[in-house]
Amino acid sequence: MEENKRLVKVPTMAQMAANGEEPEILFWVGCAGAFDDRYKRVTRAFVQILEHVGVKYAVLGTEESCTGDPAKRAGNEFLFQMQAITNIEVMNAYNVKKIVTACPHCFNTIKNEYPDLGGNYEVIHHSTFLQQLINEGKVHVQGGEAFKGKRITYHDSCYLGRANDIYEAPRDVLAALDADLVEMKRSRANGLCCGAGGAQMFKEAEPGKKEINIERTEEALATLGTEGVIATACPFCMVMMNDGVKNKEQEQNVKVFDIAELIAQAEGLTK
Amino acid sequence: MIGLENIIFLIVAALGIGLFVWQIRKIRKNILIGRDVELADNPSERINKMLLVAFGQQKMFKRPLPAVLHLFVYVGFLVINIEVLEIMIDGIFGTHRVLGFMGPLYSALMFVNEILAALVIVACAIFLWRRNVSKVPRLATGVEMRAWPKMDANVILITEIVLMFALFAFNISDIKLAELENRHMAGSFPVSQLFVNAFGSDAGTLHAIATVGWWIHILGILAFMNYLPSSKHFHIIMAFPNVYYSKLFPKGKFSTNPSITHEIKAMLDPSYQPPAPEVDAEGNPIVQRFGAKDVEDLSWKQLMDSYTCTECGRCTSVCPANITGKLLSPRKIVMDTRDRMEEKGEHPAIFKPNHYKEMGVERVETTDEKTLLRGYITPEELWACTTCNACVESCPVNIDQLSTIMDLRRYLVLEESAAPASLNAMFTNIENNGAPWAFPASDRFNWADELYLPSKN
Repeated sequence: MEENKRLVKVPTMAQMAANGEEPEILFWVGCAGAFDDRYKRVTRAFVQILEHVGVKYAVLGTEESCTGDPAKRAGNEFLFQMQAITNIEVMNAYNVKKIVTACPHCFNTIKNEYPDLGGNYEVIHHSTFLQQLINEGKVHVQGGEAFKGKRITYHDSCYLGRANDIYEAPRDVLAALDADLVEMKRSRANGLCCGAGGAQMFKEAEPGKKEINIERTEEALATLGTEGVIATACPFCMVMMNDGVKNKEQEQNVKVFDIAELIAQAEGLTK
Repeated sequence: MIGLENIIFLIVAALGIGLFVWQIRKIRKNILIGRDVELADNPSERINKMLLVAFGQQKMFKRPLPAVLHLFVYVGFLVINIEVLEIMIDGIFGTHRVLGFMGPLYSALMFVNEILAALVIVACAIFLWRRNVSKVPRLATGVEMRAWPKMDANVILITEIVLMFALFAFNISDIKLAELENRHMAGSFPVSQLFVNAFGSDAGTLHAIATVGWWIHILGILAFMNYLPSSKHFHIIMAFPNVYYSKLFPKGKFSTNPSITHEIKAMLDPSYQPPAPEVDAEGNPIVQRFGAKDVEDLSWKQLMDSYTCTECGRCTSVCPANITGKLLSPRKIVMDTRDRMEEKGEHPAIFKPNHYKEMGVERVETTDEKTLLRGYITPEELWACTTCNACVESCPVNIDQLSTIMDLRRYLVLEESAAPASLNAMFTNIENNGAPWAFPASDRFNWADELYLPSKN
């Protein structure tokens, strides 16, 4: 098997600059993508796709730092701007023009809030990027793991959906899998938050009757029936939905995957 | 013929309109307690939005049944106002159905009017049912739905029904009189025609009923108009400017405080020259709080939001925190802002804000501080928000509940350092490691180790 695989050396902006090169896109990994064990698999799947289609990309590696999103949503505008201005200095020094990220929170912050602080980039979420690859025929979604007939329900991320009106791109990506896509009752603009937004990810919930992720997972499980996949496009949603599925003891029947992982599997890249 | 009746009418109408203008000036003054914010950009986009969302009721149709019923009342209000105009002219100049000269157009107008008036009665009756009998949760529950908001809604609905009945009484007796006197009367009255004999055929009685119906309708409208500034029903006016001034950029973009930007740039680069601070009329620098503690720290648009709210509870019914039993209710945030603004500023003729403590609502642990934060809205509510924008999305009149929640949170964090301990730990992690978790920054690129790809053959 070993001879059928090649080791991927992920290029950094620093190396590119040292070679006098500029990548087409900067892949902004995000803190969850870099540190969360579950979401690192999504980062790796997305890099496999980038390598597979041959896009000229690079990452910031250890030069990347938190966008400041959780600080901003928690009300710490000072820390947010500190992070943002520092990141903008790094990216502007590398003459970054186009950024792709798998995290809707990073996406929203860099796209909408960095321009006021001097960071002007074309920012694309990986759902839109994958949709473009499929439309351009660069990803065929054949020959890998078959999804035909599998029930998949997509959980909208607030920062992708309501915050930025991206509802169709992740659904178009899933449609390419030829699976049985089922919608939860609360979807698109009416989608229910997973419970992690607004820095809730980093604190205990306030007193109440129920956890938000349980409410949402119950809805997803009821929609899927006995088994299937909950597809997410956000690291925080993934944590919350995974915890919900475990809480309901359904992890044998229902899996939570990021849309990039599903595409990488279908493309046969994760073997 | 202009008689005594017309002079009385003129005086009453002038008083009614004068009182209304006086109240509007108070409201305007209250809204201007808020911070200044520039929202005059892109007028054409704003007008389009206003036509779609306010005039066109676009966001109401997320819930079809109330949308259709509301449409009856809304269109009824718009169209019946044409007849009100006629009533005013008739009242001042002693004319009778002065617009009758329009012939078929007048007939069509009266026809539509009658149908709409009947639909308004039906819709208001169903609304009363939903509030008081079937008790639709978003209309009947929530700590903010105290005695006044509940009564307010019923007052409005009953008044609307009474006004429509007065209109019918006037029309019925008017057409019956025309029939008795064998004269032609302009207009077409499909509903009143059905009840043409309801009041008998005594000319004296009919004259009396027509006059009373006419007076009730017009006095009712003047009274209603002056009730508006104290009521949730004020949305019929405020919806238009509020949608016009609503956010044009993506909902995910939160406001950025430029004075913080200058401070950080000066920290990072000692040669950076921040602009001179803004000064007030006397030349003293304006010191602004970071975030909002009270209504004067919010923008005038956020205060306008609270005068636009009709307390429908769509925001609260879609709020993930509220759905799962947390204290947060976006509607309460908006209603509290209005109550506090009127406590601090001036309140219109009827309304007087009431406090949760006085109302015996124990779950909301407000303090005696005379500020929006803690006096009305507690940190527990603010920390329950996931910033998911569901409330903002659901609001039919484009209220931005989230911006107020965020400004209050900012005050807690930036001015009081009163964030929950776990969030303070997250801040420290970002400061030290560049990530919200306690992982060393040097490990940030470890995910890329041992990454393989099937080789292409």
